[in-house]
Amino acid sequence: MSPNRGGAALRLPDAAPVFAALGDATRLRLLRRLSADGPLSITRLSEGTGVTRQAITRHLDTLEAAGLVRDARRGRERVFALSVKRLEIARQYLDHVAAQWDAAAARLKEFVEADE
Amino acid sequence: MQAISTDRIEKRIEVRAPRSRVWRAIADATEFGAWFGMKLDQPFTEGATIRGEITISGNEHAVQLQVERIEPERLFAYRWHPYAIDSKIDYSSEPTTLVEFRLEEIVGGTAVTIIESGFDQIPITRRAEAFRMNDRGWAGQIKKLERYVA
Repeated sequence: MSPNRGGAALRLPDAAPVFAALGDATRLRLLRRLSADGPLSITRLSEGTGVTRQAITRHLDTLEAAGLVRDARRGRERVFALSVKRLEIARQYLDHVAAQWDAAAARLKEFVEADE
Repeated sequence: MQAISTDRIEKRIEVRAPRSRVWRAIADATEFGAWFGMKLDQPFTEGATIRGEITISGNEHAVQLQVERIEPERLFAYRWHPYAIDSKIDYSSEPTTLVEFRLEEIVGGTAVTIIESGFDQIPITRRAEAFRMNDRGWAGQIKKLERYVA
């Protein structure tokens, strides 16, 4: 990455594991749950999933290593919260690219309809 | 919460023009360049790598398209490096996204579906750079990001 240019430089940690971490249905469910309900304990996150607590813990560790959740331990209980940075960047980026395609599609429409 | 999908964009528009006309606007490199805002150095043929310049004001940069598929009046697909706008960076070893234009005849014209996919293979740092690189109209976005990336 080139050195900082302009005032608002973004310093981002290396992101290699992020999308590997997202490529699993259970982990995506965990993220959606944390996004909807806020910080939750492993016990709560395991409820009704049909997945063992141990497996849920491993999935949470994977998500934590990728920077997608953080351990917000409360006393003796491990509680996890969503860490939105990477997802937020990915979403903002996609929004931006989508807006560019909207503009390009409008130009295409105008272009082909001009000679009708 | 919406489903988490950061990998693809899909846009569908309907235009009042015959499919053959729309196809020419997409598959003819000169016509494509005219509406997209791109100057290209050769015609589109399957397997070809086409070099050019994006000419959109405020977003000028070199661009390279690898033409993947041409199915007349149905599908045109190419790969490129999305947002490869920093001339000091060699993007050639990085993953590309796939852009598809799919045409379909409808009553009174043509439906065009534009799909770009593969963003999840693009390093998140590159995606973040799209915000950093574009000074114009980005102040708000950057402020939002700073909150998350500080």
